[in-house]
Amino acid sequence: MKLQILGTGCAKCDALKQATEKAVQMLGVPYELEKVTDLRQIMSFGVMTTPALVVNGKVKVSGKVPSVEEIKVLLV
Amino acid sequence: MNANNTHADEAVTEPHCSRGNEAQIEAKSEPPHVGGNTIGRKPLLWSIAALLGWFVLYLNLAPFSHWFTYDVLKLEAGRHLSAAVEFFVFESPKVLLLLTLVVFGVGLIRSFFTPERTRRILSGKRESTGNVLAALLGIVTPFCSCSAVPLFIGFVTTGVPLGVTFSFLISAPMVNEVALVLLFGLFGWKVAVLYLGTGLLIAIVSGWVIGRLHMEKHVEDWVYETKPGDRAENESQIWPARIRFGLDAVKDIVGRVWLYVLIGIAVGAGIHGYVPENFMVTIMGKDAWWSVPLAVLMGVPMYSNAAGIIPIVQALLGKGAALGTVLAFMMAVIALSLPEAIILRKVLKPRLIATFFGVVALGIMLVGFLFNWLF
Repeated sequence: MKLQILGTGCAKCDALKQATEKAVQMLGVPYELEKVTDLRQIMSFGVMTTPALVVNGKVKVSGKVPSVEEIKVLLV
Repeated sequence: MNANNTHADEAVTEPHCSRGNEAQIEAKSEPPHVGGNTIGRKPLLWSIAALLGWFVLYLNLAPFSHWFTYDVLKLEAGRHLSAAVEFFVFESPKVLLLLTLVVFGVGLIRSFFTPERTRRILSGKRESTGNVLAALLGIVTPFCSCSAVPLFIGFVTTGVPLGVTFSFLISAPMVNEVALVLLFGLFGWKVAVLYLGTGLLIAIVSGWVIGRLHMEKHVEDWVYETKPGDRAENESQIWPARIRFGLDAVKDIVGRVWLYVLIGIAVGAGIHGYVPENFMVTIMGKDAWWSVPLAVLMGVPMYSNAAGIIPIVQALLGKGAALGTVLAFMMAVIALSLPEAIILRKVLKPRLIATFFGVVALGIMLVGFLFNWLF
């Protein structure tokens, strides 16, 4: 699955990236993770709060860092 | 889904956020974490029980602090140390209890106000009405300074006037529940109400002035060319999820600020009962009119959240600094900062940033003078 982390590089964005990686590795599915830092690109997803997690082009989380367990539920 | 899962992995929070609990999880039929152990099945019952417990604790703080100071520690009555200890033992749980309840309550309210909904309310609003609404919504909309830029773009590209957007961006970090609870707990309700009122006024008037100056061309050109994507919203939160949201807010905010609160109260306890010293009175007292602009000039580049600044506020007041001067300093530190200017540079041209800082700083100065004159 295709995962994108939207964020301009604050500490939270990094935390979300790590939590997401952990969650997807626990699920054991193949994935591709990309960090999106360009503001225009971030805005094109329609989010106003960062960090955000996009799964296969769909915004799943914005403005917070959920726990690994919560992310696992969102990825399934 | 495993509803009985407790938080094995704590959500990591951004230390520089004045409000870390902006949060939405969407596109799901059911919230992933209703938290079956603590709440979930009977959230209402639990809430009532917790609220009752809160009141029992709160009402017994005074006898408890007295008993703890004089019967457990066996301190001598009438001494300065005893008074300081009693003050600390009374004030710390009091302020923390208040903070927990208010942050939880505001968290519940915030679960109704996503940034998207706020934008929809403000979009196409006329100025003046829009400025007032934006400043008020700034209190209840989850906001974190790290999202200021995407929020700014999201607002101005969907028909929220520039001045109205600024009213929101000024009010959101400055007028918040943590600042209000701390001011109420430590300095009384009059100070808290005045802070709330003048903070909103600064946000409304500054935003209105920026709108009147028609500075749209000083927004970076690419901003207005941005086509923000549309996103289906899922706002149908159920009550257990809202309670969860409130609890997360408590864990996040109280977890982040409790140490500053305790330091602030400890400083207050240390100077409790002492007459103000002359040292600060001469340079930051009521008669030194220039102390207000000086305090604002010093506060503007500095960055801190509301909780971090409270120990300093306590110390300055205890040393005889005037209330207006100290509050102006506090507002300047919270509302404006160098890091914020750098972040906003991505979307604003230097002249608009300078205008923004100038107008807000001027407003804060006027509030400082007003407080000094009133008290």
